[in-house]
Amino acid sequence: MNSFAEAYTWINFRFLLEGLWVTIEVSVVSIILSSIVGLFLGIVRYIRYPVVSGVVGVIIDLIRNLPLLLLIFFTYFGLPKIGIRMEPLTAAIAAMTVFESAMIAEIVRSGILAVDTGQMEGARANGLTYWQGLWYIVLPQALRKMIPPLVSQFISLIKDTSLATIIVLPELMYRAQIIYGQNTRYMIPMFVALAVLYFVVCYALSLVASRLEKRVG
Amino acid sequence: MISVFQQHGQELLTGLGNTILCSVIALFFSLIIGSTFAIFEVLPSKLLRVIGRIYIEVFRNIPLLVIGMFFYVVVPQYVLPMDGFTAGTIGLTLYTSSFIAETVRAGIQAVDSGQMEGARANGLSFMQAMWHIVLPQAFKYVIPPLGNQFINLVKNSSVLAFVAGFDLMYQGDMIASATFDTFNTYIAVGVLYLIITLPLSYYMRYLEKKLA
Amino acid sequence: MKRLRKLLLTLGIFILGGLLCACSSSKTQSTWSEDKADNTITWGVKADTRLFGLMDVKTGQIKGFDIDVAKAVTKKILGSKGKAKFVQVTSKTRIPLLKNGNIDAIIATMTITPDREKIVDFSKVYFAAGQSLLVKKGSSIKNVKDLNKTGTTVLAVKGSTSAVNIKKSAPKAKILELEDYAQAFTALKSGQGQALTTDNGILFGIASENPGYQVVGGTFTNEPYGIAVNQGQTELKNKINKALAEMRKDGTYQKLLQKWFGNVAGFNLKEASQQ
Repeated sequence: MNSFAEAYTWINFRFLLEGLWVTIEVSVVSIILSSIVGLFLGIVRYIRYPVVSGVVGVIIDLIRNLPLLLLIFFTYFGLPKIGIRMEPLTAAIAAMTVFESAMIAEIVRSGILAVDTGQMEGARANGLTYWQGLWYIVLPQALRKMIPPLVSQFISLIKDTSLATIIVLPELMYRAQIIYGQNTRYMIPMFVALAVLYFVVCYALSLVASRLEKRVG
Repeated sequence: MISVFQQHGQELLTGLGNTILCSVIALFFSLIIGSTFAIFEVLPSKLLRVIGRIYIEVFRNIPLLVIGMFFYVVVPQYVLPMDGFTAGTIGLTLYTSSFIAETVRAGIQAVDSGQMEGARANGLSFMQAMWHIVLPQAFKYVIPPLGNQFINLVKNSSVLAFVAGFDLMYQGDMIASATFDTFNTYIAVGVLYLIITLPLSYYMRYLEKKLA
Repeated sequence: MKRLRKLLLTLGIFILGGLLCACSSSKTQSTWSEDKADNTITWGVKADTRLFGLMDVKTGQIKGFDIDVAKAVTKKILGSKGKAKFVQVTSKTRIPLLKNGNIDAIIATMTITPDREKIVDFSKVYFAAGQSLLVKKGSSIKNVKDLNKTGTTVLAVKGSTSAVNIKKSAPKAKILELEDYAQAFTALKSGQGQALTTDNGILFGIASENPGYQVVGGTFTNEPYGIAVNQGQTELKNKINKALAEMRKDGTYQKLLQKWFGNVAGFNLKEASQQ
C-alpha cells in the first residue's frame, strides 16, 4: 500500500493529467471532424448516387475492416514515404478521423435505412423535394436512432487514443508507462489510476448520452 | 507489396495464424462470459443485476490496451506467469465479453416478454424458459451484431503487438523495423487483415438484410 | 436542389481524390540548409533510457548523456543561439522518422552497423558501448553462454541490434521484442523472460534504480554509438563530426561523460570514450 502513497505525488499526478488533456484533445477534435465527414459520407452512401456512392462505399468498407492500430502506424510511418509528414498529434488525429468517419458513415447509413420509407413518401407527397424530405423529415428521426451507436463509437474512440502510445504521443497511457517504467513499484498504482481516469471520462460521456437520449426520445 | 509477401510470407502467415487463433479463443470465452452476464442482467435478483452491470461498465469503459498490459506486466508478478499471447487473449476476452453481454441482453429484451410469461405459465422454471424459449429466439436478433463484435475482435487483436504476442501486427512490425519498408509492409499487413474481416463483414450485412 | 446535389458530388470527388492520390512528392533537400535557416536542429532522442535520455516527470524535459551531447553539438554548429529540438523516438521508430524527415539526426543509443550504414550515414563514434545482460540478482545466468538453452527467454527491444546478436550467440534462446526499454524491463520484472539484453550503459542505468537486478557477463559485442543523419546529408554529418572532435579536444566531452557515468559502479569510462 505504501507504493500508492509514493506513486500518487502531485508531480506524478500532474504528469498524468497533462496526458489526460492530450487524450481529451485528440478525442474531441477527432469526434468533431469524424462526425462531419462521417455524416457526409453516410448520406453519400445512402443516396446511391451512381459510381460515387459505390466507390465511397468500398473505401468505407476497407477502412472499417482494418485495425485502427494499423492505420495509426501507416499514417505516421508509412505516409511520409509518399511525402505526407505529420507530428504524432496530427498523425493520431488524422488516423482516428479517417477510421471513425468510416465507422460513423456506416452508423448514419443504417440509421437512415431504419427510418420507415413511408416517411419519405409522405414528405414527397406533401410537396417537399427529395433533399428537403431527407433533411427535415428523415434525418432528424434517423439521428434519434443513431444516438446510442454513435455514443458507443465515441467511447471507443476515447479508449482507442491509448493506441497512439505506439507513435510516442504523450497521452495518458504513454505517461503512465513512463512513470512505472522509471520505478516499477508504481506499476499497480499507475494501472489503477489509468483505469479510474479512463473510466471516469468514458462513463461520464455515456451518462450524458443517456440523458440526451431520453430528452430526444 | 508483392515482394513483402515473397520475402516474409512465412512470418506473416505465422502472424495471421496467431491472430485468427487468439480471435477464435477470445470469441469462444467471451461468448460464454458475455451471455452469463447478459442473463444476470435480466434475472429477478437485484444483486446479480448489479454485479452484471458493474462488470459490463468496467470493461466497456477501460481501454483494451490497459487491460492487456495489466495482464502482461502486473498479473505475472503477483499472481501467475503468462506469456504475451495468453495475456493479450485474456484481455481481449474480458473486453469483448462486456460488449457481447450488452448485445445478448438487448437480444433477450427484444424477445416479447409474453414468451417468458407463457413459458412460466406452462410450468417451466425461469432458467428452463430462458434456455429453451427465450435464448433461441434472442439468438436470431443477436447474430448480426455478434458478427460485428467478432470483426471488432479480430481488429482489436492487434494490441497483441504491444505484448509480444506474435500476432499479425507484431510480425508486420518486426518486418517493418528490419527492412525499413514501412509503407509496403503495412499495406501487406492490411491486406491480410482484410482477408479475414471483409468477407465476414459482407456476410453479416447479407444476414442482417435476410433476417430483417 | 440540383445545385446541392452538384455540390455534394464535387465534394465527394474532392475527398475521394484526396484519399486516392495522396500527393507523391518526395524531395531531397539539404537538411543542413534547412537547419541553418531556422537555426534549429531537430534531434531524435530516447525518453525511456536512464543516463542517455530519460523523461523527467517533474519538468517534462528529457535528460541524459545523449541530450547533453546533442545540445553541445548544436551550439558548436549553430553558435550559442542555436536551438536543439527534441523528438522522442524508440529503437523501432527512429530510422523511419529520420528517413521520413520528421527528425534531422538521431542521437539515441544507436549502434553503427554495416546494415544501418546502407540506409543512413553515421558520424564518428561518440560512445563505445558493448552488449551485456541484466538479470535478477541470484539468477543462474552468468553470461551469454548460459542463455543458449531451450526454454530460456531473452527480452530485447524492437529495432535494436541486441536481438540480432543474441540470435547469433544463443540460437536456442527465445527472443521477445518489446516497444521500449521501460516495457522490456517491466516485462523482465514480470517474469516474461530471464534476462534483458542491450548495451551495458543502458543496463547500468536500469540497475542503478533497481537494486534487485544486476548487469552480468561483461560485454560480449562492440556497440559503437554514432549520430545518424539521412543518407546524403554529408554537410550536416561533417559539421557534427567537427563538433564532436572539438568537444573531445576542449574537454566538454569528458565533462559530460563524467557527469553521467562517473558515479556508475562497475562502469569503465575509458572504454566508453574510445574512438
